[in-house]
Amino acid sequence: MSQLPAVVIDGILYASWMFIIAVGLTLIYGVMKILNVAHGSLYALGAYTAATFAGYWLGHGYPAFGSYGVLLIAALVVGLIAGPVIERGLLRFMYGREEIVLVLVTYALFLILEDFTKLLFGVDPILVGAPYALLGNLEMGSLIYPVYSLVLVVVSILVGVALALVLSGTRHGKMLRAVIHDREMSMAVGINVSRVYLVTFTAGAMLAALGGAITAPTTSVQPGIGAEVIVLAFAIVVVGGLGSLGGAALGALIVGLVRSAAVHYQPEVELFSVYVVMALVLIVRPKGLFAAPEARKI
Amino acid sequence: MATILEARNLHKSFGAVAAAADINVRIEQDSVVGLIGSNGAGKTTFINMVTGYLTPSSGQILYEGRDITGMQPRAVTQLGICRSFQIPQLFNTLSVHENLRIGVGIAARSPRTQDVSSGNFGEHAKAEQLLDRFNLGGYRTQAAGLLPEGVRKLLDIAMAVAGGPRVLLLDEPTSGVSAEEKFRLMDMVMGALQVEGVTVLFVEHDMDIVARYTHRILAFYEGRIIADGDPDVVLKHTEVRRYVIGEQVHVAHTETAHAAR
Amino acid sequence: MKRDPTVPILMGVVIFLVAVGAFLPQWALSFLTVVLNLGIVVLGMALMMRTGLVSFGQGLYYCLGAYAAGGLDHFYALSDLLLMAVAGALLAGLVASLLGLLLAKYRDIFFAMLSLAFSMILYGLLVKTSALGSTDGFGLSIKTFASVTIGTHSVRYVIYASAVVLAGASAAAMHAYYRSHLGRLAEAIRDNELRVEYMGASVRRVIHLNYVISAALAGIGGALMAGAIGHVDPETTANWTTSGEFVFIAILSGTGNVLAPFLGAGVFEAVRTFALERFPNTWQMTLGITMLLVIMFLPGGLWSMFRLRRRGA
Repeated sequence: MSQLPAVVIDGILYASWMFIIAVGLTLIYGVMKILNVAHGSLYALGAYTAATFAGYWLGHGYPAFGSYGVLLIAALVVGLIAGPVIERGLLRFMYGREEIVLVLVTYALFLILEDFTKLLFGVDPILVGAPYALLGNLEMGSLIYPVYSLVLVVVSILVGVALALVLSGTRHGKMLRAVIHDREMSMAVGINVSRVYLVTFTAGAMLAALGGAITAPTTSVQPGIGAEVIVLAFAIVVVGGLGSLGGAALGALIVGLVRSAAVHYQPEVELFSVYVVMALVLIVRPKGLFAAPEARKI
Repeated sequence: MATILEARNLHKSFGAVAAAADINVRIEQDSVVGLIGSNGAGKTTFINMVTGYLTPSSGQILYEGRDITGMQPRAVTQLGICRSFQIPQLFNTLSVHENLRIGVGIAARSPRTQDVSSGNFGEHAKAEQLLDRFNLGGYRTQAAGLLPEGVRKLLDIAMAVAGGPRVLLLDEPTSGVSAEEKFRLMDMVMGALQVEGVTVLFVEHDMDIVARYTHRILAFYEGRIIADGDPDVVLKHTEVRRYVIGEQVHVAHTETAHAAR
Repeated sequence: MKRDPTVPILMGVVIFLVAVGAFLPQWALSFLTVVLNLGIVVLGMALMMRTGLVSFGQGLYYCLGAYAAGGLDHFYALSDLLLMAVAGALLAGLVASLLGLLLAKYRDIFFAMLSLAFSMILYGLLVKTSALGSTDGFGLSIKTFASVTIGTHSVRYVIYASAVVLAGASAAAMHAYYRSHLGRLAEAIRDNELRVEYMGASVRRVIHLNYVISAALAGIGGALMAGAIGHVDPETTANWTTSGEFVFIAILSGTGNVLAPFLGAGVFEAVRTFALERFPNTWQMTLGITMLLVIMFLPGGLWSMFRLRRRGA
């Protein structure tokens, strides 16, 4: 099958993009036990902010290569503002409620942010393709790929590795893992769980925004991109196992490859192939691929 | 006396940990048996295996001669083995009456009790009966989650009794209950059961309670039964005193008691 | 035992609405029809929530009901509203009996996500099925009710009155169900599944049953709505945003009483209609803020504002 290399590469490209979004989602769930529906909105805010900043930057004739930095800064700005505002301003008051209630809270937040984004950036699509086109294309045999997309793969791998190192190597990372395991126990040994929550949510927000920021140059940024992304992110995170970094990576890869295969071989099933995979994985492994074991209750 | 419950060569290990080993015991119908042992000794593991929450690694459990090893809790309960829990398992947002009503309703529809004819009114009356027997009338409309701990424990036991059991397993019925209340609670429970003809096994840490209410004691240590027999005998057994009761404390207590006379 | 006023209120409301409908303007009939149809769907959501499960994919059954209705007219020229409602219930119930076998094993977020996945699968299927009009869907019309031909001037009224009667019947049926042993088990399962199993009842079977009932209700709602709107398409039925709306209304209503979902649907539709007209770019925000307020201050939903019955015997 001559299409196979194309399927695999496309799958990896798609997966790398989704990983950045999914990893933030799974991190937030792992630490705070919150399935953040608003993650999609943060992605959208990141995309809009990045597109706007980059548009401004390039429009004023600044060096084109600087636009990449601008994209990153946009993501940071969105994460650093939205993260603490949402966590301190809203989520903080909901801790202790059931998980499903928190999902509804983040869903309400998603609805609010969808309109907030429209108010802030308008409803017209924003196209800032320059950073994407700037790097040109790479030819591999008969296949042509934008270098930008390939760079994206590198970026997502870096993000994954960095997170893994932080979680296993640094003191903060270890505190995070402690909280993931047992919130009360962490409090009992003196970990400032409040601060861990704040840091985690902000980091997650930054990652979502980063996902949006780097996607912005490749597409038309318009209302609704957040909603499209969030359901896919859910599928990945649930497939991989909620709270698992490795799970997010594997989940992203599986979803990416499946979608790519669908697009190439059977386009009619593209839309729901991902959900079929999700359903299949959940049937075989009810809690996802890498799920934490559960202790005895009685 | 007929054997109603029997364990044969029961083993349960979790990886390298043997939570239960070589459990061989025959429980006679209508007897009251106490299970003692320090935490982690294997008492709750034993109950969990009998009621189907855990599957033994090897061995058999027989109820009325029938092999029930590895059966699901629901099936075991339907056969007539009911239990209460260390941490009361109740319907916290429902009232005490509603809790019992549901318990009675489920029991009425189990294949064992062909009592479906009782219908809505019969169930209501049965729930009222239980409320009276366990002195819960005053809490009738309160949500189970808001009750004081001792009352929750009582309700948990009442729920187990609502199942109309032939064998009743109580896991630490008096834990969390104040010292003064313990005897009253056990008196009430035992009195409520007198009517039925039920075999009772209960886990207990308070030796006075065990001594007073049981015909027989099984002492657990590190997953094994180290003593089995009359309360007087078991409670004086060397190993039991060393590993379960605590020798120093017990000796000091008796000496002070002697000195006081 | 205190008399429970729910059924008399229900009957009174049904009779009143049917009678008064003859004099209401078009827009009022349409509004009420939508509210009643949504209410029927949310009645099913409430049942699942009482059982401790929130489905994020109820749109699946709503969609099946809608397309069943549409299909009857479009492919078989059977434009009977009652038949459509029955077909919707049956199709939805059938699919739910199958999917329920799987879904009844899941809880919390996984139940929510898996139900979401199934509704998105249907969405994807429909979008790619040109025979059913893909994203455009197709139209349908209502010509008869229970084989009785409806005069062209009375169609709106008959659609409305059918909604009233079916809503009333569904609510009454659910009320009776909640007072039965099986119905009572729902909340017991929500509170403590372990205890239910340890009393000897099957949690899985009750969840499966309740899932099928809630699906059938969604199917009826979907069929009636399709008849009312005269059109079916994947976006407004199977997409997760529609399921999200059902969840929203369910939270808003609370599970306290069978009348609650209709109250919640009424408030929701009123706010949506008003907001869409005045603030088209912020109505989602309005919904979101309302939901947050309800979650924070009225966790039992709007219904907890009127406690007609005390908890207890």
